[in-house]
Amino acid sequence: MLEVFSQLADLLVYDLGGLSAQSKLGDALHFFVEDTSKIFVLLLVMIYAIALVRAGLDVQRIRAYLQQRRRASGYLFGATFGAITPFCSCSSIPLFLGFTSARIPLGISMAFLITSPLINEVAVVMLASLLGWKFTLIYILIGMSVGMLGGWLLDALRAERWLAPFILEAQAAAETQAEQPLAPAAKLSLQQRHTFAKAETLDIFGRVWKWVIIGVGLGAGLHGFVPDGWIAANLGGGQWWSVPIAVLVGIPLYSNATGVIPVMQGLLVKGLPLGTTLAFCMSTVAASFPEFVLLKQVMQLRLLALLFGLLLVAFTLVGWLFNALEPWILS
Amino acid sequence: MEFQVLGMGCAKCAKTIEVIERIGAELGKAVNVSKVTDPATIMRLGVMSTPAVVRDGQVLHSGSIPSRAQVEAWLNG
Repeated sequence: MLEVFSQLADLLVYDLGGLSAQSKLGDALHFFVEDTSKIFVLLLVMIYAIALVRAGLDVQRIRAYLQQRRRASGYLFGATFGAITPFCSCSSIPLFLGFTSARIPLGISMAFLITSPLINEVAVVMLASLLGWKFTLIYILIGMSVGMLGGWLLDALRAERWLAPFILEAQAAAETQAEQPLAPAAKLSLQQRHTFAKAETLDIFGRVWKWVIIGVGLGAGLHGFVPDGWIAANLGGGQWWSVPIAVLVGIPLYSNATGVIPVMQGLLVKGLPLGTTLAFCMSTVAASFPEFVLLKQVMQLRLLALLFGLLLVAFTLVGWLFNALEPWILS
Repeated sequence: MEFQVLGMGCAKCAKTIEVIERIGAELGKAVNVSKVTDPATIMRLGVMSTPAVVRDGQVLHSGSIPSRAQVEAWLNG
């Protein structure tokens, strides 16, 4: 079914553009047209489908649900919720506040907050179309595991002490307050779901399409201009130090998953080991300065530093682990 | 009429302010829309999905850019 995008690229680049399939430019353009058109179509379908489901999602209800969860399953639900919501940190922080002020354990809210930027439907489409389903599943699995383990560890350290003082005050006040009854669930008609999903699709697609072009363009540039073998020769052995360096390089680089995934693919093709690539990608997406400026408003410096350190260690471990496992995963 | 739009700097929040101001001008109503980015205030009002629209401490709307019909109803109400 997906050959149609390759045929479209044949038509545009070789037949109409008159470029030869053997030339470097023709090859790069073909790659670019095929990948962007494929990703655009899959994105529209996938965002719409997920939004149809999300239309019925009521955050008040999810909060009440998480309050009743036991810790272990709570981490799983927190991380899952983070994965199915496409929130940017500007909208995930109010949710995080809503959760913590309702005395949901910090670790569960953190599992949500960590997983949210790492996994969403846009990232899944990009990963699946550029790197395949197997890789996508691994990525989702690691993203959620980092969120859940991070949440668990923060609870074990009783890190909720280090939330911003205004949250701690609200928590104390919530204890003396009676539970608010939930409003009955609003039943959405198919028409309402469609209206919501259409608006979401236009909004999200309107924000990410340029990132797809930039990302795929960079990826294509990597294909064409980084000499073959350079990365493989210098970093291809999965040298242990290359992983922490990849994580550190990823911090000042701020991108969403959309922009960085095509770059990942380019790096992998050029021979950068899987673990090093994953570590770089996750650090770029999840650990960034703008994100931390936002989080600083709701956390004491101590918690922020702890979270930051935890992410860096987690991504480094992921990198080492997957460099070691690579022969079994990508064979 | 005083409105507050709550949100921590998302694109939809800026859009929400613009929508209320524009419709206010069209209907010839004097509106004053201010932006609230302070997380403590957002939490105190119980808002979990932004952008949210608040008037006189009452949350009128939360989670999306309000529709034209909604804004007209607030302005005429």
